[in-house]
This record gives sequence, C-alpha cells and structure tokens, in this order.
Amino acid sequence: MEEKVKKPEDKTKLFPLLMRYGKLRAKQLGTDMKKNTTAYILIAPYCILFLLFYLIPVCISIGLGFTNFNVLEPPRFVGLQNYIDLFFADDIFLTAVKNTFIFAVITGPVGYFMALFIAWMINDIKNKKLRAFMTLLFYAPTISGQAYIIWKFIFSSDIYGIANGWLMRLGVISQPILYFEDASYCMTISIVVILWMSMGTGFLSFIAGLQNVDRTLYEAGYMDGVRNRFQELWYITLPSMKEQLMFGAVMTVTSSFAIHDQLAALAGFPSVRYCVHTVVSHLVDYGTVRFEMGYASAIATLLFVVMLGCNKLIQKVLGKVGR
Amino acid sequence: MKRSLFRHRKRKDASRSAAGNISSFLFLVLMGLFMALPIVLSVSNSLKPMEELFVFPPKFLVRNPTLDNYSDLFNLMSESWVPFTRYLFNTVFVTVVGTLGHVLVASMCAFALAKRKFPGAKLIFAVILAALMFSVQVTSIPNYLIMSKLGWLDTYAALIIPAMAKPLGLFLMKQFMEQIPDALLEAARIDGAKEFQVFYKIALPQVVPALLTLIIFCFQDLWNMSGATYIYSEELKTLPYALSQISAAGISRSGVTAAVTVIMMVVPIVLFMLCQSNIVETMASSGIKD
Repeated sequence: MEEKVKKPEDKTKLFPLLMRYGKLRAKQLGTDMKKNTTAYILIAPYCILFLLFYLIPVCISIGLGFTNFNVLEPPRFVGLQNYIDLFFADDIFLTAVKNTFIFAVITGPVGYFMALFIAWMINDIKNKKLRAFMTLLFYAPTISGQAYIIWKFIFSSDIYGIANGWLMRLGVISQPILYFEDASYCMTISIVVILWMSMGTGFLSFIAGLQNVDRTLYEAGYMDGVRNRFQELWYITLPSMKEQLMFGAVMTVTSSFAIHDQLAALAGFPSVRYCVHTVVSHLVDYGTVRFEMGYASAIATLLFVVMLGCNKLIQKVLGKVGR
Repeated sequence: MKRSLFRHRKRKDASRSAAGNISSFLFLVLMGLFMALPIVLSVSNSLKPMEELFVFPPKFLVRNPTLDNYSDLFNLMSESWVPFTRYLFNTVFVTVVGTLGHVLVASMCAFALAKRKFPGAKLIFAVILAALMFSVQVTSIPNYLIMSKLGWLDTYAALIIPAMAKPLGLFLMKQFMEQIPDALLEAARIDGAKEFQVFYKIALPQVVPALLTLIIFCFQDLWNMSGATYIYSEELKTLPYALSQISAAGISRSGVTAAVTVIMMVVPIVLFMLCQSNIVETMASSGIKD
C-alpha cells in the first residue's frame, strides 16, 4: 500500500525537475547558438554541399537497397530480396567478393607497409634535394593520371610487348603469353600494378610525420639502450607518429576496397571470366550498364558497411603500436 | 661513399650500422627503379616512331626520337568534330572553378570548426571524418539521381559542385588551422575586426601551405576526371574523355596514346614538384587522433 503511494510522488517530483533542466539546457543552447551565428554562416556552404553529395546519398543508398528500381518506374519495396539474391543467387558477386578480398588483403597491408618503410628509408637520406626527388619518384605513379596504361604495353599479348618480347628472346617461352586472358597471370599483374600506384596520400603523411619526430626522444632512447634501427623504429619513431599511421591506414583501407578503374583499363570490363572482377566492378556494372539501381544500391551499402567496419577495426589495432 | 648520403647523427649512429645503411639504400634504389621504369617507358614510347613500337625484340628506350606522335595527336584533334581547344577549355574551366570553390568553401568551414567552439561542431567534424572512410563509388548512384533532380546533368555544375565537398580537403585544412595561435585571432577581434575579416586577413595568410596542398589535391582529381556519366554533349566533355576515345581506337594508335598519357601526367607531376615542401608541411598535421 505504502509503496503505491510513494511511486507517483517520486514521479511528480522528478518530472518537473527534468522539464526545468531541459528548458534551461535548451535556453543555454539557444544563446550558445546565437552567439555563434558567424560560425554557422562560415560552415554553411560546405555543410550544405556535404549533406547533398555525401550524407543524403548514403541514406538514399541504404534505402534503395531494399527496393527494385530501374529509374523509369518508381522504386518498389522488396525487403531483403536484393541481399538474398546477392549472396545466394549471384555467383559473379561471390567471385567479386573473393577477388576484392584477395586485393584488399594483399595490396592493403603490403602497400601500407611498403609506403611506411620507403618513407622511413627516404627520411634517412641526408641530402635534402635527393630526399625530395625520391619522394616525388615514389609518389609520381599515384598522381600521373592514367599512366598505368603503360602496363598494358609491358604485358601486351603480342610479341612486341616488353615482357613477351624479352622472355621469347631469352628462350623462356616460345609462344607469347596472353597475360590478361589468363586468370592467374591477370590477378598477379593486377596486384603488381596496384602496388605500383599504392603510395598515395598516406605516404606523404608518413614522410611529414617522420620529419617531425622529436629529436630528443632518440637521444633519450640511446640512453635507455636502443641499439638498432628496428628497435628505434618500433619504440620511438612509430609511437610518435601514431596519428599519421591512423591517417595512412584510413586512406589505404578505403582505396584497397575501391579498386576498379585501373583493372577495367588493363584487363577489360568485364574482365575475362571475371578474373579481376571486384565488388566495385559489380556495382558499376549494375548501376551504369544495367540500370538496376536497387540492386546496385544494395552492393554500395554493403561496400559502405565493410569499409567503415574495417577502418574502425584497424584503428583499434593501431592503437596498440609501440606497447 | 654511400654512407655519406645518409644524415649524420652523432650519437644516433648507435642505431645505424653501415651494412644496414647500404642494404636499405640498395632496397630504395631497386624499389625506385620499379616505380620509375614504367614512367620512363611511357615517355620513351611517346617519342618512338611507328616502326620502333612494333619491333621484335622490343626496345625499352627510343633509338631515333621523334615528335611525330605529338603532331599526330594534334592533327587527330583538329579533325574531330568538336575542336581540341574546346575539350582543353572544358577541363581547365572545370578544374579552376572547382578547385577555387573547394578551397574557399572548405577553408571557411575548417576555420570555424578549428577555431570556434559552438554546439554541433564536434558532431559535424566526426561525420566528415567518417566520410573519409568510404570511397566515392558508394555514393555514385544516389549522386546521379540527385544530379538529375537538380537538373544538373549535362552541365559543368555536375562536375564542379560535388568536387567542392571533398572531405579530405576539409580534414587537412581543419587540422592545419588548429595550429594558428588563438592569441593572434583574439588580438584582431579586440581591434574590432569582424569574424570574416579575421578569417581572410589573419587566418588565411597563416595557412598558405595548406591552401596550396588543397589546390594540388583538388586539381589532381579534377584534371583526371572524365565525367562521362554526367555529361552527354560532346561540346561539354573534358580532355581525359576525349583522350580516352583516342586510345580506344586500339593498336594502330599506340604512339598517340603514349603521347596522350605523357601530356596528362606531366601537369600534375610538375605542380606537385613546385609545391612539394608545402604539401609535406601540411601533411605533418594530417594525423587522426584516437
């Protein structure tokens, strides 16, 4: 009996208290926002564009993933059908997942550590001009547009291509190899080309991070018994550039799941027997060739979830560097 | 000899063995060759006359360099239905307007996010940071639909406006702006400067390296954009598109294709070279805190 009386009493006390607190907070927020009108005006142009071309599209993509949409007719809700089809009825998608996984697992970590080690070695070069030249040399393939086309000449399927021509002259092979028509060659060459252009923005971030490591930390390290360059790297250098390592990781993860353009130019689109067909290739195929926007949106949503998830996971792992 | 190439560290030499220095230098040289040779081959191929391109065994370097491929390219271009200068104008226009717009819009927003504390600032930055973690392909289909709703398909706007919202530029600029001393901005405010004046008179001159970096990155993106999904009219198409049509003609145009590749890669490489030290300075503050 007593308890029944007590409970509503508590509520009547608590509720107005919450209301008053809420009102105060809202008022405070209001004045805070008013004080910062100029700040809101400054961010407005960018934020509107960002909303329009990044945030809203992601929401639309998630929504369209549950529909059947061919642009001509209005989208029709089909529930999880697209996802069910992707995993249980679309063999090519599963091939694409497998290929994307191979590319991501090989070119991601290898590209990342290659960029880190090369930046580290470049940082040891004493001559400033030579250092700048080396940075440019390694970064050039990333920024030189469609220069990857040259690999098509190197691995061309006739006898005039560099690889075939030289192998034949050396007597290793007697017939030209059809590199991009053969699944095993195609995959290997694609990985080489991707690694060739994998330095990216992360590499620049590493170069800059290495230059700014506090020199006195090294001195202290020698006192504490750091004896070789790898100990120095692990205990001093890497922990002091952790933020750049994070940035590089984000750039690498994002780009290693987005591989498509180079492969389409080299191996054709779609590639022979889908040997280097990636998830993005599949997305482009359904989105811009077949105009099955609902299905393509489901692929895009999956890609979005995997990219974000991998990034979060890798940030957790990198948090442990140097410990 | 090789050792003198490396920075002298008096006490630091404790961690640097001579053998290690030499092997790391050799590794760098080998990797450098792997990086450089395809680019050298591109340039060499663009200077080869037709008969040298189809010779067995193939030669890596050109024997009798000629500019025929480049003049062929110009002849091909002048024969096309839309004059070559039109493609060039389109690309230059889209690149310049898009880059300037991006730098202005992103630095304004970055200034407010870095130097003002206002409700929502942290949330907005967190969302933009998350956008670094997925690639453009994720949003390509909705972007197409939005573009068609806005009536921007087949206009310059379809190429220019989305490029202005690139999250990487905003992120780099915000991280760099955080280093501007607050006292400097406060002094200007006390002197009666309006917030916009503080932004472009005090803050912007402090972040010139970051401005150059944003210009280079945005330029690289736009310069290489073919935009074929959004543009149908031939007279609005960009240089990369026109050039890809030439290379699509196949093996008979190998020389011209090489010339095209070289022209397209020279511009971003030269620009990067000119601004390299500024870019490295900006990237120093690119870190993501956990």
